[in-house]
Parts: sequence; C-alpha cells; structure tokens
Amino acid sequence: MPKQLIVDGTPIEVEDGTTLMHACEMAGSVIPRFCYHERLSIAGNCRMCLVEVQGSPKPIASCAMLVNDLPPNKDGSPKIINTASPMVKKAREGVMEFLLINHPLDCPICDQGGECDLQDQAMAFGMGRSRYHENKRAVEEKHIGPLIKTMMTRCIHCTRCVRYMTEIAGVEELGLIGRGEDAEITTYLEHGIMSEMSANAVDLCPVGALTHRPWAFSARPWEMEGVETIDVMDAVGSSIVADVRGATVMRILPRNNDAINEEWISDKTRHVSDGLKTQRLDQPYIKKNGRFEPATWDAALSLVAEKLKSTPADKIGAIAGDLAGAEEILALKDLLARFGATSLDCRQAGDKLDPKLGRASYLFNSSIEGIEQADAILLIGANPRIEATVLNARIRKRWRTAPTKIAVVGPQVDLAYPYEYLGAGPETLADIASGKHSFAETLKTAAKPMVIVGQGAFARPDGLAVLSLAARILLAASEGKDASWNGFNVLHNAAARVAGLDLGFVPGKGGKDIAGILGPETQFLYLLGADECDLTRLDAKAFVVYQGTHGDKGAERADVILPGAAYTEKSATYVNTEGRAQQTVRAVFPPGSAKEDWTILRALSQRAGATLPYDNLKELRAAMYRVSPQLAALDTVETRAVSGLETLAKLSGQPSSEPFAPAIADFYLTNAIARASAVMAGMSALRASKNQKLNAAE
Amino acid sequence: MLHDRDRIFRNIYGFHDVSLKGAQSRGVWDGTKFFIDKGHDYIIDEVKKSGLRGRGGAGFPTGLKWSFMPKADARPSYLVINADESEPGSCKDREILRHDAHLLVEGALLASFAMRAHACYVYVRGEYIREREALQRAIDEAYAAKLIGKNNSHGWDFDIYVHHGAGAYICGEETAMLESLEGKKGQPRLKPPFPANVGLYGAPTTINNVESIAVAGEILRRGSTWFAALGKPNNTGTKLFQISGHVERPCVVEEEMGIPLRELIDKHCGGIRGGWDNLLAVIPGGSSVRCITAEQAADVTMDFDALGKLGSGLGTAAVIVMDKSTDIIAAIRRISYFYKHESCGQCTPCREGTGWMWRVMERLERGEAEKREIDLLLDVTKQIEGHTICALGDAAAWPIQGLIKNFRPVIEQRIEEYQAKHARMAAE
Repeated sequence: MPKQLIVDGTPIEVEDGTTLMHACEMAGSVIPRFCYHERLSIAGNCRMCLVEVQGSPKPIASCAMLVNDLPPNKDGSPKIINTASPMVKKAREGVMEFLLINHPLDCPICDQGGECDLQDQAMAFGMGRSRYHENKRAVEEKHIGPLIKTMMTRCIHCTRCVRYMTEIAGVEELGLIGRGEDAEITTYLEHGIMSEMSANAVDLCPVGALTHRPWAFSARPWEMEGVETIDVMDAVGSSIVADVRGATVMRILPRNNDAINEEWISDKTRHVSDGLKTQRLDQPYIKKNGRFEPATWDAALSLVAEKLKSTPADKIGAIAGDLAGAEEILALKDLLARFGATSLDCRQAGDKLDPKLGRASYLFNSSIEGIEQADAILLIGANPRIEATVLNARIRKRWRTAPTKIAVVGPQVDLAYPYEYLGAGPETLADIASGKHSFAETLKTAAKPMVIVGQGAFARPDGLAVLSLAARILLAASEGKDASWNGFNVLHNAAARVAGLDLGFVPGKGGKDIAGILGPETQFLYLLGADECDLTRLDAKAFVVYQGTHGDKGAERADVILPGAAYTEKSATYVNTEGRAQQTVRAVFPPGSAKEDWTILRALSQRAGATLPYDNLKELRAAMYRVSPQLAALDTVETRAVSGLETLAKLSGQPSSEPFAPAIADFYLTNAIARASAVMAGMSALRASKNQKLNAAE
Repeated sequence: MLHDRDRIFRNIYGFHDVSLKGAQSRGVWDGTKFFIDKGHDYIIDEVKKSGLRGRGGAGFPTGLKWSFMPKADARPSYLVINADESEPGSCKDREILRHDAHLLVEGALLASFAMRAHACYVYVRGEYIREREALQRAIDEAYAAKLIGKNNSHGWDFDIYVHHGAGAYICGEETAMLESLEGKKGQPRLKPPFPANVGLYGAPTTINNVESIAVAGEILRRGSTWFAALGKPNNTGTKLFQISGHVERPCVVEEEMGIPLRELIDKHCGGIRGGWDNLLAVIPGGSSVRCITAEQAADVTMDFDALGKLGSGLGTAAVIVMDKSTDIIAAIRRISYFYKHESCGQCTPCREGTGWMWRVMERLERGEAEKREIDLLLDVTKQIEGHTICALGDAAAWPIQGLIKNFRPVIEQRIEEYQAKHARMAAE
C-alpha cells in the first residue's frame, strides 16, 4: 500500500518497504550517511542519517526505518519529515563532531584525501570548529594483507568492510573486536584476508582507514582523469574506470554495472595495473643468432610478410590469445584467408566449443543477472570463485537471498557458499542425465534450473561429449517450463574467446586445431598475444611471429616481435561470457613505438601484397559486423531459446571417466599482464605459502 | 509500611528453606494449573489489570507487553528473562535467584503460557555464578517434580534454559541480549522491528526482568485487585528496593510502590549515616538516572511518576545514598567511567561521546578546567541523549546532566579553587 509523506514540504507517495532515507531522496532531500550502503545489510550505527519525524521526540535513523513502521498520525494526515530542521542540523553536527574528535587531522598525508566521505560531509554538515581538547585515540595499524593498507586510527567504525567481507565476499575474516572506544576492526590474529575480491572493501571505506597499498602515496584523485572502459582479466567483462595521470594508468576502479559486476571487481582486475608498465614490448624485435635485436617496423613487417608469402598455406598456423580484441582477430583471420591458410584457432585452452552448434552452445545464456532467478544450480567442472570472481559473488548473492540448491561436479573447492558435492567427473554427470541421480529430480522440480559448465569440463579431448551431456541435463530439466529461460551456461575464462568463436576464428576446411597448429608441421606461426599454449612441440625451424604486449612465453619463442597495445591502450571489442559485446576505450597510448593491433595486421597485409579492405577502425568494424552482427549490439544480450541446444544435446560420443581438472592453477597469474605485475606475483606467492601452511596444519 | 501478609518475596533473605518443598510451603506452585486452565488471555488480562509495570527500569506495562505477542504465528514464541543485572546499585534479582528462584520458575511458566511460548531462556549475568547454580537447582527440582518440562503436570510443554553471560553490561539491553543468546557479539539491534515481532532467532520474543516475571504467580493467586490496591495509581504493587551507600544498614527490602524515600531509608536502613541532615544527594534508580538533591529527597515518593517529575527515574529502584562526605563530582566521574567502559562501540555518539565525557569529568574532579566547559559537557550529553541505537547513550548522559543541574556551584567552586591554587603557584 503506498504511503503518503511530506518531506521538507514536498508531498510524495512511496511504496511500503521503502526506507525513510530513500523516501527523502525521492523527494529530493539529501541525506548524509557513512555506514549505509545499498548493497550491504543495514547497520544503522553511524547515526549520520538522522531526520526529524513528526510526533517523535527523538530524531530517527532514516536508513533503518521503513515508512510502514512509522506510526500513523491520528487524523490520518501524511507524516511530516524534516531533513533540514534545527533539530536535524544539530543532530548531524553532533554526530559529525563525535566522528571527528578521534579522527586524526592527517588529511594532507592521507590517500583518501579528495575522495573522502568524512571530508566532504564535514564540509557540508559539520560545524567547522573543534571543541575537543583531550588526547586523541591512536589505534595500532593492522596487517591484513598486501592489498589493503590500514591506518586504523582513521576508522569511524561504520563496519562497511566487515559487512562486505561477510556478506558479499563470503569470507568471514574481518570483524570488530573490543568494545566502546577501544573497538577495532581487524582480522583474527591479523591474518591476511583470503579473498579474490578483498580490495572492494577499500572502495567501501568512507575514510582513509583502508587504502590501496599498491598505489599508496602515488597520486591524488584530482590529478587523475577517469576513463570508463571494461576489464579483460576474465570473461565477465567487468565495468571499470582506468584512472590516468599523464601517460600512465595509475589505478583501476570498478564502475557500477548491475548487469555484470554490480560495483565489485576482483583483486586481479584492480591491481593488475602495474603489470601494464613492466615487461612491455615497446618496439619491434627480430631474433638474430638466438638474440633479439631492436628493429624498425619496416624491417620487421617486411620480414614477416616475406615469410608469410613463402610458406605453403597448409604450413601456416595462427592462434589468437586470451586478451585479443575482436578487431584484430578479424583482421588476422582475413589476412590468413588471403593466403588460403585454414589452420587457425582461438581456443587456446583446447576448449571443444564449436560455433557451428549455434551461439547458445557456447555462451552463458541465462545472463549474469539471470543467476538471481535460478533456484537450482549445477556447477560442472567450474570454479567460478577464481574463474569469474564477481559472477561467483552473484551466485552467493542468490544463495543468500533465496533458497537455492547448488551442487558441484568437479574439483571440490571453497566457493564461499555451501553446496552439495556430487562427484568428480563425467560419470556423475551421466547419472544425472539418465535421472539416476537425486539431483536430477532437484533440477526437474526447480522453476529455473541452471547448469554452469566450466573450462575444466570442456577443455579436454572429450569436452564436446561433456557439453552434450550437460545440455541434455538442462533440456530435460527445462521441459515444460518457461520457454524464455535458458539455463545452459558456459563459463569462459578468457576475454577474447567468445569474440573469436563469434568471428569463426576456428579451423577452416582441412585446417588443424590448436593441437595440430602447435605440432612439428607448422612452419609459420602467428601468435596474436597467445601465451597460454605449449610451444615446445614446434619445429625448431618454425618461424614464429608474436604480436602482443608483454615479454612473456610467446615472445620468448618468437622470431619477430610486433609490439601491440594492451586493453587500456586501444578501442577494441570484447564479448563476455554472456555474449555481451562491449568496447574498451583508449585511456593511454601504447608505450614506445607499439601500435594498435589491427593497424599492425593492416600494415602487414600491405607488405604481403594482400591489402585488407579497411583503412580505419570504422571500416574494420563495419566488416566485423557483417561477419557477426551481434557484435554491433553493444551492451546487450539477445535471448537465446533453450531449443538452440538441441543440436548439441543430440551429439553422440561418450566422455571418459577422467575427473574434471581445475581450469586455473593460479588465479593471480592467468595472463601476460598479470604475470608482469609485481602485485600479482606477491599475491600468488602469499597464497602459495598460505596453502602450504594450511596443508601442513591438516 | 508493607504488611508482612502482602509480601511476595517471603524468603528474600534466605532465612527459610530455598528448596521446592520450602517454596511450596510458602505457596509457590499453588494453583498454577488452575490459572493455566483458565487460558492464555485470562493471565494477560489479570496482569494488565494489576497495573504491573516492568521492573527492569523502563516501567513499561507488563501485561500490555505480553499482549503484543502474536496469537497465531507459524514461528515459535520465546520468553527471555533478563537476569543480567549489571546496573550499579542494583541487586534485587540476585536475591530472587538465590532464595526465591521458584517464584521465577513458576512465573516463567505462567508468562510463557500466556504468550504461547514453549521455551524460556534466562540470561544470567556473568558474575552471578552461585546465583546461576541456585536457579539451576530450582529448575532441576521443578523438572524432577514434573512441574515443567515435556508432559508436565500443568499440561503445557515448557522448557527453561539458563544461559550464562560473560559479564558485559550491554547484554542487559534486551536486543543485545538476544544477539548474545544467538551466539553473536552483544550489540543492540535496530528497532523496529521490535522483539515481539522479530526477536530471538527471528521469532516473536518477549524480554522481561526477573522481578516482573517472579511476581506473576502471586498476582494471579491473590488477584489483580489485590496488587492494584497496593501502591499508588499507575504505580501499583510492591517492589524490591535496594538501598546502598551512606545509610546505617544497606539492604534489599520489599516495599509498596510510592513509599516516601525518607520512610524507606529511616525504617529499613536505620537512617542516613550521621542523620538526615548529613544527606547530600540520592541516585534513586540505579546509576543511570539523574541524581536528586537532599531537599528533593525529603519528600519524594518512590514511584515512576513522582521521580519522573523530578527529572530522575525509579529505574530498578536501586537507591544510592550519598552523604556530605561524598565528592559528588568524583562519584559521577566514576559512573562516567563505567559507561565509557561498557559502551559497546556500535554507534557513534555513545562510542565517542562516553570517552569524551569521562575525560572532561576527570578534569572537573580536579578542577582543571574552564567554567565554560561545564556547558560544553552539558551540550555533549545532549548530543548523545536520544541519538543512539539503544538507551545506553541516555544512561551515560543522565548522571552528568543530574550533576550539572543540581551541583553546578560545586563544580564551579572546584574550578575556582584549582585556578586560585595554580595562579598562586605561578606567582611564587
């Protein structure tokens, strides 16, 4: 039932269940707050949001009061709420003063300066002078890991970080110990936090108590320009802001996107930024006598063109890596087509996904937001916690807010929510498919059943058979249910993969797949940022071109290095695991003489006498949209009917009994940028030593 | 003076047998089944009619509180009995637990039945170790006699659990108590939702003081009219008063509500140490209420309304008497320290303000302050009062407000003395 209110003279009507704070905001009144955060539970402890409610002798914390809990006026007239009365002003000044008396006056050396809620609200609502002449409180710093720098004297005990860690990240490691003015936020015995998304707690901190250690003292917020772009560390495509000063990406922050990452990002997405500065390929190199020598673009491209022309088509191979944009994938595909080469592959991990089976067969069909509707989820060979951290937070959110049955087939790992463990490999899956297993019944009774298939389940020789089994399970469970619901979800790990499949960067007629390309027959191999593949089986004489950003595994084996641009240095299209096309925005220029990737391929095509028919990005994109129209529909996910899975489900083939293996060995080191990052290396080492300790303790 | 026949707690001093047999010989557990047979609403109605107001300090009508419990709800209902008696000066529940625990167990059954609860939790203060043992003995006896438990002789399945706290004052706040019972850190919850709606484990819960529950059986046995006839209108019945401090014989005594304070002190405690004229101030309801002066104490009656009119309160009726040898600033400073120490740290005004007030009080005690700081201190108390999640903020603010209201000249004099002394020292 809607409820009438008069907020600061403005009459409004709000639905039951609205908090007073939201009602006031709807009426256009600003309510200051510290502890309240819309994605966290309500704590009501900062007392900054006090408002005056007619009939109440005391001011009321508006964040925690629902409009339907307000006692009605006797004459039935709407309640009058004041957010600017002397009582409210006095209350806010009082709370502000209390928050400031024990807060150090160290803003000039505090990293939060310029984006500090306490600073801003002290300016807006404080009384501008101090009456406190006692000694201020000092609190010992806490060591809670290499990502989060603490200065607990600044803490205002809003408990946002505690609630974030407990509720969103699902890691009950932060807490408030002690009592009264001695209360302190800390981890148990100052253990470092074991979470892949811990650094979001820093963003939530309204003061400078938690700051980002890797960026400590390096820049002020007002010196940086925020460039809104997207992340490529995983296939989720989180929305991010790259904060730029001069020619450097100083830091990466999350951007609100309810469809994908809400407002969280993983620690890797955030702190990989230092990897953009180190180990960079900033000019072309040609290997001579086993050593790389700097070369001009002219020399390098000519050499590559000459080799390309002189190699027979069946001995040419190309692999698109995990971070390649759709534009360069298409350019490379077109270039290879000019030379009749058909051995190309974007499925670097050996995934058995086939674009010929339809888009529904290789995408996260329910969409990430759709997770919030699922009531039974079967995870197959997937560890979303490290493969798609923010997506895992979405599953956890679903589990927390509604009764959701979650089960796992594959490696038994900590997912930050409880689940039923069904088995290790395809045999369990076959049991579910045949209805022998009890979870088949659970899926059948669910209104919106969901299966999530991870790379660990399909990046193996019998991957297609496993996918087919999963599709059969989902089809059986979806029978007779809402036809618009497609719960068949493939969870990719690489940002470039879906675009590669969409553009058909897979072996053509008579072409070899990745295993064949990396074999001894290949004489000319073009690696488009491909570092996650085994190059040891290549013929020693094979000519390898590496086009990419970092001096990593691919560059090491290369004969010619063509320096490209990283995701923050170009405008490129990436399609996330849902099939959502998004474009990055150039925040800085590539270092040295490195170039945007598609221009390198375009220049190469000219040298090789097979000029590609696009002279600028617009023309390239037009060509790209002709190949794959869905890439033109940015930021949207088309609905893919569950019937699109039937071809996949009908495939014959028996999976082996081999258990599903983890797809990612080390969360912090999954790509060339992350491997160049000192922060990620530190986190990886810390995690390894912790795991060792945990194992020893067991 | 309360007639012996009107006493509810007839073994409050432990002179008689505390066992079930002894309690039964004093009438406890007599007719309990009869009242249960009369139904839930009868009991609530009788308690409402008796005018019983909660004995934990706030004085909310007990019967009304019970009637807030939902009558038909899929969730179980709970009764929680607050035996976390931690208010400085308060020591009545201790005596009930020690010597008249069967009154509590019987009352718990009746109250739980009235509110359709099958389980009751008694949250005993951490320091009350012997008291917990005494209560547990009484409960064990009642179980053995089939008075409570499954399939008991009263026909209402009822279990009573004793939970031993860890000694935090804040756990006496009703919602912090629920948190603590649930195994969480004792920090008050936001209200609404109120416990009658969402309480222990998310189920409807009523939290009552030990004394409120312990008198329920006698109110039913003797009738609500008997209870309502005692005391004053709106402040009916009898009450355990606890008088401590500078009296000849500090004691816990059951008296009629509305007894004049002077009569209470003179009749039961042998008067003020050094005579009535030696009285400086009285804190009439436990450390959290504002103190009253000797003049006010001379003719005030001990009930919620009369003390409320003076800006003080009956609280738990823990009367702290201070004669003229008391350094009233030091006394209030000590109380301030207590609240600073016991603040849970959850919400801002109390967490930050209690420490501030205590530090200013420390200096006021020595006189090491400016006179304008008295008004500053008063302003700080106003900034805490009414701005916090629970009433601990108010409880911390009131003693200081009482001090400043009644003894401002004393504080000013202390400051003048200090300044004079230090001016002289500077001159020398």
